[in-house]
Amino acid sequence: MLHLSAAVDQPSAYDAGSYVELARLAEHGVLDFVTLDDTFARPGLDALAVLSRVAPATGRIGLVPTVTTTHTEPFHVQAAVATLDWVSRGRAGWRLDVSTTEGEARLFGRRHAAPAEALWREAGEVADVAAKLWDSWEDDAEIRDEPTGRFIDRDKLHHVDFHGTEFSVRGPSIVPRPPQGHPVRVVDASEGQARDIAARYADVALVRSVSAAQTRAVRDQLRAAAARFGRDPDALRVLAALVVDLGDGEHAAEPGHGGGGPRQTAQGPLYRGGPVDLADLIASWHGEGAVDGFHLTPAEPRRDLERLVNGTVALLQHRGLFRTFYPGSTLREHLGLARPVNQYAGEAS
Amino acid sequence: MTERPLKQIRLAAHFPGVNNTTVWADPRSRSQIEFSSFEHLARTAERGLFDFFFLAEGLRLREHKGRIHDLDVVGRPESITVLNALAAVTEHLGLAATVNATFNEPYELARRLATLDHLSGGRAAWNVVTSSDAFTGENFRRGGFLDRADRYTRAAEFVATARELWDSWTPDGLSRPFAHRGQHFDIAGEFTVPRSPQGHPVVIQAGDSDEGREFAAATADVVFTRQASLEGGRAFYADVKGRLAKYGRTVEDLKIMPGVGVVLGDTAAEAQERAAEIRRQQTSPQTAILTLEQIWGVDLSSYDPDGPLPDIDPVAEPTLTEGRTRRGNTLEIAERWRALSREKGLSIRETVIEAGGRQSFVGTPQAVAAELDEFVQRDAADGFILVPHLTPAGLDEFVDRVVPLLQERGVFRTEYKGTTLRSHLGLSEPVWKG
Ligand SMILES: Cc1cc2nc3c(=O)[nH]c(=O)nc-3n(C[C@H](O)[C@H](O)[C@H](O)COP(=O)(O)O)c2cc1C
Repeated sequence: MLHLSAAVDQPSAYDAGSYVELARLAEHGVLDFVTLDDTFARPGLDALAVLSRVAPATGRIGLVPTVTTTHTEPFHVQAAVATLDWVSRGRAGWRLDVSTTEGEARLFGRRHAAPAEALWREAGEVADVAAKLWDSWEDDAEIRDEPTGRFIDRDKLHHVDFHGTEFSVRGPSIVPRPPQGHPVRVVDASEGQARDIAARYADVALVRSVSAAQTRAVRDQLRAAAARFGRDPDALRVLAALVVDLGDGEHAAEPGHGGGGPRQTAQGPLYRGGPVDLADLIASWHGEGAVDGFHLTPAEPRRDLERLVNGTVALLQHRGLFRTFYPGSTLREHLGLARPVNQYAGEAS
Repeated sequence: MTERPLKQIRLAAHFPGVNNTTVWADPRSRSQIEFSSFEHLARTAERGLFDFFFLAEGLRLREHKGRIHDLDVVGRPESITVLNALAAVTEHLGLAATVNATFNEPYELARRLATLDHLSGGRAAWNVVTSSDAFTGENFRRGGFLDRADRYTRAAEFVATARELWDSWTPDGLSRPFAHRGQHFDIAGEFTVPRSPQGHPVVIQAGDSDEGREFAAATADVVFTRQASLEGGRAFYADVKGRLAKYGRTVEDLKIMPGVGVVLGDTAAEAQERAAEIRRQQTSPQTAILTLEQIWGVDLSSYDPDGPLPDIDPVAEPTLTEGRTRRGNTLEIAERWRALSREKGLSIRETVIEAGGRQSFVGTPQAVAAELDEFVQRDAADGFILVPHLTPAGLDEFVDRVVPLLQERGVFRTEYKGTTLRSHLGLSEPVWKG
């Protein structure tokens, strides 16, 4: 199955309407999910807040904000992501990222910048404790049992007692287990430091590379690492991440650009050309088994997302390579991922 | 005496969350987590032209005798995220989140609140609470090391810092670097969010202590209080408003809103009967014993909830319950309760019902409207935060039956005049301090 997703980032947009419009457009294209990037260091709204605002204005599309793990409180982060899952009725994801700069550290004043390696290790701990907190309520913990006067069965709530290198959490969460069990975790696995964390904790790994062969190599590596961590490699979706500029929509892609595949730029691998050629590229990379799908960042948000949905996606659907409706309602269902079993189920608290 | 114009009543809705206010055993009771419940209550509040919708917060599940408390409603979603979603399904209603100043950092929270203000078109409010306990701290990086005495100094510096960040963009959209160095925070950089529609989200304070009142007088736009009897309310109101002048503020700058319950009936007797039934449902036999244990600080599970209060005195420092603020001297409370029980011949459960609970307005819609109005005109309050006992339909009857009567009395709006929460509350725009 081919998985398609898109970024709805818009430089300096501070109104809800423009984000709702883009997310609805992506939903019209039946994409698995949209992402919204975030950092504490450059202009922009809180991404999780924006996608929470988008949730009731959309019906099916997955919503994946970036939430960083370096200066935030893991307990707050897991609660907010779980809540996005509740307000979207099972459509939440979470793109994990770290804050490496001293400038970001100064905004908090609690610690200095640290090497990416250490920060990704910590991000892994945050991913781990978040999953534990999401499981800290068993699905049937709320019993509303009138005869005994108990609202919950306390044996189905669990202290997580997590001790990491930089933080500890006692638990349980204040938020009951979210609809998807675990909201979908997304990690950009392009850089080496993040790759182990992706293999270990991510449901979706993004890979920024310019060729099918290169992407396939990273995918193989991620799947092998996932297996080493005791995971089923088929429970990890690897998506090629491209910036797409469909501005030359009517013309064939130039050699060396769209026609010959993407090229490396400061913003990442850039595909430039028409929607038809992009559909060919997607079909061929996916057909070769190099990727499970794509994450596409429109160079010019409105224009390129519109061309992507009405051009590229429509064509892929026409060729029978991409679905025409959402068969399920949760993001996990779109991605073909099972709802995780609760790690505490059956254990007394 | 010159007649002063009628004061306009402020109304807010509290989502019935985690406590024994909510009567979860009622057949009409629905999920306290599902978005549809929040949506119903918020839309009802907006239909009733309320000023704002209010969410409480608790960052650790309460424990009693070392085990997670299991009698009341437990579990709630994270407030700011829910409010952003509610911004999509409401148009005018203010959206107030309770967020702890101890377990957050100014840069991040100021950004989240400014974002909510942008995404809602100027409807955000922050209820600043100050829990400092180590029990809650066990869930956080910072741990539980903040002294009780420091919580309000941190909260005050927190709010001041947030306001510096909100003022770091000029009203015409230029970002300027900020730097704050104080006792609790030493931070610098650039804020990522432009000045939001309200300039500063509305600041609410909840906390009845002397320090809490001073903090409110110096910084808050709204006070959420438990004080709500007519006489107690008048004293509290006069005290807090009396503290404003020394901060260069006027009585208009701070709205005092007690949390109250309302129970309606077609006759006074029917309303009284319903109120009594609700109190009984809120205080089950187990809840009565547990409430007593919170005060006595010892195991009382062998006592009969329908029998008399214990003769033994409470232990000095009750430690059975963690995660809930305890108020007052427990020996004093115990003596007061025993006197009440003796005087009226009440059992344990009856005493807890009689002594506990919040101020409630009980009666026909006409009587309740008149009483609410009287409280406001006589300066016991500027308005009320209604705490319904049912999720999510607990506000339906009030909006349908009492709001029209308040409108007839000329003390409540018949349409929203402005778009921002500040405009609903009659608060002025904060002056930009660039
Ligand atoms: C009406 C009211 C509502 C409150 N709601 C909350 C709440 O939702 N979450 C919380 O952590 N504390 C809440 N508090 C606790 C206060 O923030 C504060 O920690 C507590 O009242 C002790 O402070 P004080 O000594 O100034 O009263 C509330 C207090 C009052 C009076």
